[in-house]
Amino acid sequence: MCLSLPAKVLTVDGDMAEVSVGGAVFRAGIQMVEGIMPGDYVLLHAGFAIGKMKEEEAIETLRLLDEIDGAWQDR
Amino acid sequence: MKYIDEYRNGRHVARLAEMIRQEAARAYTFMEVCGGHTAAIHRFGIHSLLPAKVKLLSGPGCPVCVTPVRYINTLVTLASRRDITVTMFGDLMRIPGTLASPGEAKASGADIRVVLSAHEALDLARSDPQRKVIFAAIGFETTAPGTAVTLMHAEREGVENFYVLSAHKVMPPAMEMILREGARIDGFICPGHVAVITGSEAFDFIPRKYGLACAVTGFEPADIMLALLMLIRQVNNHKPHVEIEYRRAVSAEGNKIAQGYMREVFEPEDAEWRGLGIIPSGGLNIRERFRHFNAGIAFPVDLPGPADETDCICGDILRGVSTPSDCQLFSTVCTPDHPQGACMVSAEGSCHTFFKYHGHE
Ligand code: SF4
Repeated sequence: MCLSLPAKVLTVDGDMAEVSVGGAVFRAGIQMVEGIMPGDYVLLHAGFAIGKMKEEEAIETLRLLDEIDGAWQDR
Repeated sequence: MKYIDEYRNGRHVARLAEMIRQEAARAYTFMEVCGGHTAAIHRFGIHSLLPAKVKLLSGPGCPVCVTPVRYINTLVTLASRRDITVTMFGDLMRIPGTLASPGEAKASGADIRVVLSAHEALDLARSDPQRKVIFAAIGFETTAPGTAVTLMHAEREGVENFYVLSAHKVMPPAMEMILREGARIDGFICPGHVAVITGSEAFDFIPRKYGLACAVTGFEPADIMLALLMLIRQVNNHKPHVEIEYRRAVSAEGNKIAQGYMREVFEPEDAEWRGLGIIPSGGLNIRERFRHFNAGIAFPVDLPGPADETDCICGDILRGVSTPSDCQLFSTVCTPDHPQGACMVSAEGSCHTFFKYHGHE
């Protein structure tokens, strides 16, 4: 139950959304996240979206990981 | 961007393992407090990637494991009343109480139903106004705001047959208690999803007061390895602070809207954690304004104190003092099919995880 999963928002209807976790569709309360649109990714936890995933930050962490990899190869 | 696969890149993980081996200059012990991290660490075989110098300990972050026996007994007792339906997350069903597990109680006729969320419990109350529907609210900062939102809905709509029995807990006071009791660790892998709500600020007291390293971490292998590298560097540089590895989901200040809901509905209270005892301000009580939704007030239950303790050492395991293999009952008397303690029931519990990945060694 403590699991939170990144889920893709499919449709938004008032304070509920339909979200997909790898193809499985769930209903999620979106009262805690602002300005959610289809296509966004949220963290789904026990039937609620508890936060929105930030794409720029996700890319930034991946860049850091690539950098570590690159620095290693350059040695 | 799917936010998962990208962080499972084997080359990234191998490089991080290499760097950890290079930079690990002494012995380190880090504690992961979140059951989700414990499960991920075993699932991805993180231990096997680390040099012997780097040790990982599991802390008390499985909400099912720290739910007190008394709470389970209360739920079972309430569910045996003919006018009451008790709703709960599936993980609670098999927790041994001293009366019966909720699953056993259901088999003998109690009206207990599994729900995936608090709003499902409220829907059930709406659809059957004759029955009193109680939601067993367990979990940390990740689930408490959902309970709060649901209670506020119920209030707005004037639903009169919906109740909540709160065993919600909050993480930072438990981490502080572990430190006060003298756990010998160099830092924490801080719970990433709790931090989505609380913000990384909730852990600032750890480096400030206790001088320990902290990394708020995601749940994929590259996340965990990167966080361990961060922690090792903090220790090596003698600069403990709260570093966020899980930036794609966590900010310093957290989810203010969710915090607002939580504050509106709940107030901190001293709470019993199974195996750990009473933790000051470690739980969430329903505020006076919502008292008519509080199942603890609406349906007082008189229960004897907890019955005899068994040889289960869940409590020591949750405190990071022992590991599952130290328990006499582990994998002999106590298995996932016949759990003797909560740590063996929940998929996030240390004993369950340990059994699943190392039980037959
Ligand atoms: S193995 Fe079973 S009895 Fe032993 S500590 Fe774990 S849950 Fe308790």
